Amino acid sequence: MPEMITNWLNTHEIFTATTILHYWSGLVTTVQLVFLSLIIGLVLSVPLAVMRTSRNLLISGPVWVYTYLFRGTPLLIQLYVIYYGIGVIDGIQDTFWWDIFKAPFYPALLAFVLNTAAYTTEIIRGAMVATPQGEIEAAKAYGMSWFKRLRRIVLPSAARRAVQAYSNEVIFMLHASAIASVVTIVDLTGAARDIYSRFYAPFDAFIAVALIYMALTFTLIFCFRKLERHLLRHLKPANG
Amino acid sequence: MLDLKGYGPSLLNGAVVTVELAFLSLLVALILGLVGASSKLSSNRVLRAVATGYTTLIRGVPDLVMMLLFYYGGQVAVNSLSDALYDAYGVDFFFQFDPFISGVVTIGLIFGAYMTETFRGAFLAVDSGQIEAANAYGFTPWHTFRRIMLPQMLRHALPGVGNNWQVLLKTTALVSIIGLTDMVRVAEQAAKAERSPFLFFIPVALVYLLLTAGSELFIKWLDKRANAGVVKGD
Repeated sequence: MPEMITNWLNTHEIFTATTILHYWSGLVTTVQLVFLSLIIGLVLSVPLAVMRTSRNLLISGPVWVYTYLFRGTPLLIQLYVIYYGIGVIDGIQDTFWWDIFKAPFYPALLAFVLNTAAYTTEIIRGAMVATPQGEIEAAKAYGMSWFKRLRRIVLPSAARRAVQAYSNEVIFMLHASAIASVVTIVDLTGAARDIYSRFYAPFDAFIAVALIYMALTFTLIFCFRKLERHLLRHLKPANG
Repeated sequence: MLDLKGYGPSLLNGAVVTVELAFLSLLVALILGLVGASSKLSSNRVLRAVATGYTTLIRGVPDLVMMLLFYYGGQVAVNSLSDALYDAYGVDFFFQFDPFISGVVTIGLIFGAYMTETFRGAFLAVDSGQIEAANAYGFTPWHTFRRIMLPQMLRHALPGVGNNWQVLLKTTALVSIIGLTDMVRVAEQAAKAERSPFLFFIPVALVYLLLTAGSELFIKWLDKRANAGVVKGD
């Protein structure tokens, strides 16, 4: 088996060990970028969704403006504004922030986090608003405080309802992360572009990376389906 | 007033390109969606398999990768075709694969897949009694499709089509990456040259916001019209 791989790598012009390692480092970057943005975005979006459902306009209004702005404009523009914009902020070159933001990874991460947090906030809000009124009344009748109601009743059942829409957001984020290659990050797409320009072989370079993205996508879809089945087990018909 | 340092007219031209691109891609996507949904619901196994393969493939691959593949790959394919033609028949033929065409083809193909799913659901929402009645009247399949299915499914498809359109509009920004001079590309070049990113990107973002907000209102209005006379269950 190892000889087979070595032979194949030696006879193949494009897919040599070097290019495969290049793809691998691209894969690592993509996974890091997507995973970090999703986690941070999710953590941010829960309190934002709670604020968004508030009846006080001073609390829900700003969150509405934020989600409206980030959902109404292309992620590419958001990335450009942050990537090019950070460099021209007066005096940032003298602060420690510059050490973080001069590499393209962190501006891209910031753009992705803000974007996915906006979408996720709306997903969670939708699920929270759909909480059956009776559940909240029951919680009130038990004398639960607002926070306890939120923590024990509203958020857990909202999470169940949100999983399906959130899985779409995760796939969307994975696909959207391809634009990181535009700001010189060597993610999967960036690696494919390097390999394309080195060998002038668009089909090999991009079809290979498309297959990797497909594998990632369908693995994610499979995992989410498992999770959904687990979370919605109580809704399954008996003997079904 | 806003001083765009002389980039105003080219930004405006870019905005027109963006809108043209979006509408042409929408047209391609709608046609592909109708064909795809009809194939998915057809009794022909080959058609069903092809349509399922198409939607699965599109869902798995990022739009940008698809676009790069079509743009760079399209040129290479056209070049080798013209070489082959020249060698075999001495025909001198050259075709420049430009970013606009690649953009329309890619975005059309991607959203064709999403429209396929939307239309499939909408077709299934049409009462089967309607189709039986059409059969009983001796309608041909084409007639049933055009006179019965299409007008009745549009109402169910509208919210999904509206969502897809909103996403499509924002996806057009990606075509600037393969070199189309739409407003995003003009803004990027201007921002780099003038070192003032906010001045150029914020107006472009506002145009997108205007387009999506306008579409939202228009879709709401269409939806209201399409559902006129529909009694909502309580």
